[in-house]
Amino acid sequence: MTDWIANHPELVIAVVKIALLLFIFLTAIAYVVWFERKVIAHIQARWGPYRVGPHGLLQPLADGVKFLFKEDIIPANVNSRFLFLLAPFLAVTLALLAVAVIPFGPEFEIFGTTTGFYIADINIALLFVLGVTSLTVYSVALAGWSSNSKYPLLGALRSTAQMVSYELALTLSVIGVLLLAGSLSLREIVEQQSGRLWGVLPNWYIFPQFVAFICFFISSIAETNRAPFDLAEAETELVAGFHTEYSSMKFAMFFLAEYAHIFTASFLATVLFFGGWQSPFPETPFWQWTLYLPAAAAALLGLYFLLDTFRHPHSTLHRGLITLVGIALLGVGAGLALVPPVLLLVQGPFWFVLKTVAFLFVFVWIRATLPRFRYDQLMAFGWKFLLPLAVLNIIATSLLLVWQAN
Amino acid sequence: MGADVILFFFFGGLAVLGALSLVIQRHPIHSALSLILVMASLAVLYLLLGAEFIAAIQIIVYAGAIMVLFVFVIMLLNAGEEEQTNLSRVTRYIGLPVATALLAEMGWLLYRAWPGDVGVVPDRLVGRTSAVGHMLFKEYVLPFELTSVVILIAIIGAIVLAKKEL
Repeated sequence: MTDWIANHPELVIAVVKIALLLFIFLTAIAYVVWFERKVIAHIQARWGPYRVGPHGLLQPLADGVKFLFKEDIIPANVNSRFLFLLAPFLAVTLALLAVAVIPFGPEFEIFGTTTGFYIADINIALLFVLGVTSLTVYSVALAGWSSNSKYPLLGALRSTAQMVSYELALTLSVIGVLLLAGSLSLREIVEQQSGRLWGVLPNWYIFPQFVAFICFFISSIAETNRAPFDLAEAETELVAGFHTEYSSMKFAMFFLAEYAHIFTASFLATVLFFGGWQSPFPETPFWQWTLYLPAAAAALLGLYFLLDTFRHPHSTLHRGLITLVGIALLGVGAGLALVPPVLLLVQGPFWFVLKTVAFLFVFVWIRATLPRFRYDQLMAFGWKFLLPLAVLNIIATSLLLVWQAN
Repeated sequence: MGADVILFFFFGGLAVLGALSLVIQRHPIHSALSLILVMASLAVLYLLLGAEFIAAIQIIVYAGAIMVLFVFVIMLLNAGEEEQTNLSRVTRYIGLPVATALLAEMGWLLYRAWPGDVGVVPDRLVGRTSAVGHMLFKEYVLPFELTSVVILIAIIGAIVLAKKEL
């Protein structure tokens, strides 16, 4: 057994990476819920979660415990017990599966082998993500149908129709990027976006493929069933849509899957249009000051926490927690600045996470700003505007490529 | 026995089980889900043969689009369990001979292929997306375009038929 493990170091690394990524990703999902509540609250001039932990930072933990201890109800008249239980599991599995091929950073060397900030780098990574997201329709459809109740069924029908319609626009909008990159591997697509455009701008696909990006982003909001396209769970009409009959952890699993999809959409936008892990700054002639930005960011965040100790009326416990976190962040910043190999290692993930957080913010911002579409408007917008726009973008991009080649 | 052989037998068995379940299940939704299982297992088999693009398309088109429509329609009609009818006379008299002939043919093909014991060696480059694209748009461009015209006609036909009923 030990021999076998020694002969297959890549397997051990893969298992460690999967465990690590799952831990980080699930924690991040819990905190993006906090992030969303906080941002929406501030947009609406409220405080948002504030009681559990400093700035409500322990709120996700409290929510998780609450979900665990709620009574787990299976309605007596479900169409199929098996499918009713299968739906939430399917939702979570598919939502987590898509993250396996996302490259969070470049390749690096560790323990004598080359590995990267991704679980798998496959030739058809983009098709893999699209395929997995196309299967998520089933979790919604099965949940709605097996509940044997009118609101979930109507919600599921709406949601399915919407997801199938916008999937077309989503897939077609990506083709423009594929034409430019000439590869379906997400790692290669990111690597193609290195360098400079006209010597100033970063060579990201957002600039040549701006139309595709608009198309992609709108369709991915619709794909994730988020406002203003959240008709599937329009609470004034359908209670909660397809997951009305679900309670406790099963409801939490749908919740988790929904936020995982928002993450996947942000990851894809970052990878396809915003250069993935690439830094937006060019290489400077003598002192590469941009390399120290992650350290500076950690240190500044630490300072903010320390300053915060005096600003708000915290309890003694909260004050102690904030001080500890602040000191820890300052330490991380100092450590990064002083140990160059680690500083180089975190460059990729730092920029990737920063871009992803920006997209998450836009997702939340849109939800807090725009009112919900009417259902016929939603369908007309998808089929009569986004789809033709995506097709036009493909034609224009291919014509341009042919013209350049000749 | 390599990992690919284990995977082949596992997913091959899963595909056969799914196909059996598709026929045996009484409820249309369960049948449709069994068909999805068959398609997903077939995608894994394609992957084992090195046809990565075909595998992805199998999932996206068949499991992700066509079967969604099936499930959608079943849900909309709210179809219940199938009722058992008396088997039609055609199936009673022709079904068994045809099935036997088909099984015999498959058995013969298997028997002929057996002694060689050399499986198809998958060509990793043929299954690549670019290779499939080159074949579709260079060697087989006429059949490919003709198929698309046929599909276009079918779509227009479907719209015309649906409009009449509206």
